[in-house]
Amino acid sequence: MKIFDMFWEYRDYFFVGLKNTLLLAAIAVVGGFILGIIISLLRMSRWSILRFIGTAWVEIFRGTPMLVQLLIIHYGFATAFNIKFTVFESGSLTLILNSSAYLAEIFRAGIQGVDRGQTEAARSLGMTGPMTMRHIVLPQALKSVLPAIGNEFVTVIKESSIVYVIGAGEIMYQTNTIITMTYDGMTPNLIAAIMYFVLTFTLSKILNAFERKLSNRDKR
Amino acid sequence: MINVKNLNKSFGQLHILKGIDLDISQGEVVVLIGPSGSGKSTFLRCLNLLEVPTSGEIRFENQLITDKNYDINKAREKMGMVFQHFNLFPHKSVLENITLAPIKVKKKSQADAERHALELLKTVGLEDKRDAYPSQLSGGQKQRIAIARALAMEPHVMLFDEPTSALDPEMVGEVLDVMKSLAKEGMTMVIVTHEMGFAREVGDRILFMDGGIILEQGTPDELFGNPKQERTRDFLSKVL
Repeated sequence: MKIFDMFWEYRDYFFVGLKNTLLLAAIAVVGGFILGIIISLLRMSRWSILRFIGTAWVEIFRGTPMLVQLLIIHYGFATAFNIKFTVFESGSLTLILNSSAYLAEIFRAGIQGVDRGQTEAARSLGMTGPMTMRHIVLPQALKSVLPAIGNEFVTVIKESSIVYVIGAGEIMYQTNTIITMTYDGMTPNLIAAIMYFVLTFTLSKILNAFERKLSNRDKR
Repeated sequence: MINVKNLNKSFGQLHILKGIDLDISQGEVVVLIGPSGSGKSTFLRCLNLLEVPTSGEIRFENQLITDKNYDINKAREKMGMVFQHFNLFPHKSVLENITLAPIKVKKKSQADAERHALELLKTVGLEDKRDAYPSQLSGGQKQRIAIARALAMEPHVMLFDEPTSALDPEMVGEVLDVMKSLAKEGMTMVIVTHEMGFAREVGDRILFMDGGIILEQGTPDELFGNPKQERTRDFLSKVL
């Protein structure tokens, strides 16, 4: 089978790509998760200036193509302000910013979906607002939006393929290198597709299992 | 212990509380009754500032808690509250529900907090439920846990917001029993309820609220036996 032969022959290329894709996605997921929580809290702040920043963030990053964001961060910043990121920095930064905007909206829905009585009970016990958010509201909110977060993680893995245009050596970049070496436009792309599919399929299975475990423990 | 002066609360155009004055002394059990929409719950929720009054003053243990610079969390530590819908934390076990605030707010050690929690579970008759989650409890059990959770902060006053209204009839008794023994131990209590028999038995003073004011108040015998206002008589004739 040609596909296996080619995969084996160029396995080093593919593994480098796989490693970089996983690294990019992991950085984007962790960074986007933390930044997303912060942005969602800004969006629900009691001060209108913070609300405005949060809303603008979400609208801008969701309303413009990630490819454009990537090119502005990588080439635009370098030429306009002489801020030079490595391809890996630009790639992960773009993915973090982009997924933070989507995750912020998911978190906001989750936080607003937690019963008001939960906050009132916690506050009536003398807990401060931040304490209540951390121990009572956020754990319940995150649990309820876990499926949506999982979807976003899967999306991040796939979207990380975009950063190949600036030459970050992830799966698609390596694939294109092999295409130029072999003049075969089909097989390397098929291998790349299979690699992405295995990654996303495994991840969603793991997330499903995790979700089941959580909901078994405490059904409301 | 609690002194309320000319308390007003509006939601937009809606004037809910229209100038309430009330003094509650240490150890007193005050029961608020009245028709729905009369402002009983809103008034109760103003006492620990879950609702922020539009105007007026509330003093708790001689502190002006309606002052903007007052840290309301300090007062709330000493004012336990029990809600109609229990509001237990569904992601935490019974023991964690009870120990969370003592550990986080009062900085008690986990061991101390748990020891106290187990004592409280015994007094509400649920020591075997320490590791259960709220979803595994009946309504009456949830409410008894909610009372234990509030008591874990060692409050000086307990506020009850229709604690039995969401319960199946056969579970009302177990919750009222816990409240009765609390009252007997001398806890200061403010209770909004529709359980007239309970109000009469446990209350030191009954307040009848209607249209955002305290229309009439007195001992249970005065208010239930010989109501002075036409509106009070009318209400009582419908609910008794």
